[in-house]
Amino acid sequence: MENFTPWTSLLGGALLGLSAALLMLFSGKIAGISGVIGGLLAPQKHESSWRAAFLTGMILSFLIVAPLGFELPDISNNNILMVSLAGLLVGFGTRLGNGCTSGHGIIGLGRFSKRSLYATFIFMLAAICTVYIRSLFGAV
Amino acid sequence: MSKSKKIRILMGWISGALFGSGMIISGMVNPDKVIGFLNISGDWDPSLIFVMGGALAVFTPIYHLVIKKRSHAISGDAFTWTTNTTVDGTLIWGAIIFGAGWGLAGFCPGPAIASISGGTNIILAFILSMLVGIVHANQYLAGRFPLPFVGYRKACNITEK
Repeated sequence: MENFTPWTSLLGGALLGLSAALLMLFSGKIAGISGVIGGLLAPQKHESSWRAAFLTGMILSFLIVAPLGFELPDISNNNILMVSLAGLLVGFGTRLGNGCTSGHGIIGLGRFSKRSLYATFIFMLAAICTVYIRSLFGAV
Repeated sequence: MSKSKKIRILMGWISGALFGSGMIISGMVNPDKVIGFLNISGDWDPSLIFVMGGALAVFTPIYHLVIKKRSHAISGDAFTWTTNTTVDGTLIWGAIIFGAGWGLAGFCPGPAIASISGGTNIILAFILSMLVGIVHANQYLAGRFPLPFVGYRKACNITEK
């Protein structure tokens, strides 16, 4: 547990919740990242500009937090083939399941949605099983 | 430009910047930390419970006490949440496939986008593959792309989330 970071995790989580609440209160939109990206790839009228703006804000957010001493971790030790396979599964699965950790795990759960409760439980379980299988091969 | 469009774009930037900051500050951008949370049989790191707890502690009361009582958003737009409440096979399989991918590398869509400026080809490979996966799913859901063993999607009652 030497990497346990309860306070920054709680603060970062609160920002995610605040972001989702503001976007919904002001524009009526759902801050689910897979939905934001998926919507840009299947564009509808009045639904693309806010999504593009949202992603711009996300990409540039590093400039806001970098002066506060937060850094992006070094991830260059990851296997690019494994990461690419993971990307395919994440992209496909989040669209099929209509949401990811943000759409289901924050907004859906906050709205007490039955679908999101099931989805969050299932993807957590699937991810835990995957990591367990990887640990059997010594990959974790 | 209409007032509602101005609000949509401005709030897109603001909430996007908040969301990305939250991803970086919380540690979600670190795949080792995500795997550390998912690896319950190893050296377990419960930090991600605090991320989700913090997010729900802010979002849930604002939703139930403020947003839910309104007929439409401040911009005048309708709320776009789905009215679909059925837990179907598409949802379950989607969640399983997403979970497998999440456990494989420790990235989900939000942290990946917030990490673009980190400057590694790992993130770019993840995002490009994710876009390809999304296009396949969109095509399958629209009944235009067959899957192995499943074939074309028959019922095309797609509900936008």
